[in-house]
Amino acid sequence: MNPYHTEILATAALYALLALGLNLIVGYAGLLHLGYAAFFGIGAYTYALLNLHLGWPFWAGLPAAGLVAGIAAVLLGLPAIRVRGDYLAIVTLGFGEIVRVVATNLEGWTGGPNGLMGIAHPSIGPIRFGVDAGPYFVLLVFLVAAVAWISVRLRRSRLGLAWLAIKEDELAAGCLGVDPLRMKLLALALGGWVAGMAGCVFAAKQGTITPDSFDFIQSVMILAMVILGGLGSVAGAIWGAAILSIAPELLREFSTYRMLLFGLMMILLMRVRPQGLFGK
Amino acid sequence: MNLFLQQLLNGLTIGAVYALIALGYTMVYGILQMINFAHGEVFMVGAYFGLSVILAFGLAAPVPGGVAWLVGVICAAAAGCALLGLLIERVAYRPLRKAPKLSVLITAIGVSFFLQNAVMLCWGAQDRYVPELLPVRQMGEGAVAVTPMQVVIFAVSLLLMIGLQWVVHGTKLGRGMRAVAQDPLAARLMGIPVDRVIAVTFAIGSALAGVGGVLFGVYYSTINFHDGYLTGLKAFTAAVLGGIGNLPGAMLGGLLLGLLEALGAGYISAQWKNVVAFAVLILVLLLRPRGLLGERLAERA
Repeated sequence: MNPYHTEILATAALYALLALGLNLIVGYAGLLHLGYAAFFGIGAYTYALLNLHLGWPFWAGLPAAGLVAGIAAVLLGLPAIRVRGDYLAIVTLGFGEIVRVVATNLEGWTGGPNGLMGIAHPSIGPIRFGVDAGPYFVLLVFLVAAVAWISVRLRRSRLGLAWLAIKEDELAAGCLGVDPLRMKLLALALGGWVAGMAGCVFAAKQGTITPDSFDFIQSVMILAMVILGGLGSVAGAIWGAAILSIAPELLREFSTYRMLLFGLMMILLMRVRPQGLFGK
Repeated sequence: MNLFLQQLLNGLTIGAVYALIALGYTMVYGILQMINFAHGEVFMVGAYFGLSVILAFGLAAPVPGGVAWLVGVICAAAAGCALLGLLIERVAYRPLRKAPKLSVLITAIGVSFFLQNAVMLCWGAQDRYVPELLPVRQMGEGAVAVTPMQVVIFAVSLLLMIGLQWVVHGTKLGRGMRAVAQDPLAARLMGIPVDRVIAVTFAIGSALAGVGGVLFGVYYSTINFHDGYLTGLKAFTAAVLGGIGNLPGAMLGGLLLGLLEALGAGYISAQWKNVVAFAVLILVLLLRPRGLLGERLAERA
């Protein structure tokens, strides 16, 4: 285990957390969201601003980042939720891009394209996290385990069944007394909350954030992880994240060809197994 | 007033290019109810095809008969993109015709990655300069600067749009396309070669995107392998604005979006120019999801 390997593992764990959060929105509630990275970004900027301006420590920033991102997800979801299917995908994509452009252009607050730097690393009592990826990996594994546990518990709960119902047939679910709007907003809130926490950890780990880390490609990568693993599958989201974040590293010896091969891999996988690795 | 007229003209010019690309989105959506996310990359590849043809003939500066050369370059790029569209449809999309929609989306994104990186490997990652084929000068004595290139862009787009209308409404192929769009199964039962009609639709849409790519390249004189994403998204916005699945709608949407964007850049701030497209997209989807001319309900998606 050299630092390079720990770094890859920490990245994989971060993506696993994001994939689990997006799985709640796309896999559980069936809302095709293409702007998920925006909530990741909102969480990162929330912690960065709270830390730089008000001196908040990481452990106070973590819930705050989750809360702000969750609220943002609901607020952006309120107008978007009425459109369906592919159209929802496009609206969310638009919102995601707008968040990124705002972060790029509001230079007074966000530092513009250069982003924010000097964000504090976390510490627990005398233990300081620093730049090494190891402690972050441990922290992220805890978070992944917690969100995975919540996800599994949710699936058989009233909420999980309501999501399943609106995903299968929204009209029928509505007639049976499930409020589709509320259920969808709840999924967005939960998913946004997870992304916000992931953003907070990311900001604390990197110490520097720029709007580029939260662009459309990032949203697409997270979505690809969820779909590769199989929609709605908790194990699938984690495996999908592990595979897609480690594969480009393994392909590194092909250097310039690696993203080409990555695209090809996505095409082939969907041909061979369109329902994902763990999908039914 | 001059600023207004100038921005109007600039907006309509780039709007015509958006319209050409939007046609491809709308044709494929009309027939397969599928958003071809890789369409923007086909446009970008078209721009590079155009660049290669221009360089192959050593057309480094405005040449006599520039318009004829330009038309030649456009035809070559269109043919190349048509082949590319056929290939994408055959290899990536056709095997997934019965698969869940999300898998098709992922495939389209895979195709995008592939094309972007293929272009980066073939033509390099840095911005490429596209030589001007037409003299850069103001035409006429008016207060507003009209360049020959803008005239050509208008003429080419207009001709192609009229041509496409004729294909869809005046030929056997077009009747087949409309039949498949209405009901693929019934169309098959009537003896329409559905697979071939879909393939030709992709070819035509991709060829139009290729034309758009060449025009974009010679108009802005720089191209980059990243251009496909944003321009493709704007063209998609244009298609939605006009009413997706509706050909005149795509044209109208393209011109309108170009106008809004140019006016936004001229009067608000150039930095926020790209937000205009997204804001329009979101507003249209929320207030009038079927678009300006669309009849189809958004719920079908």
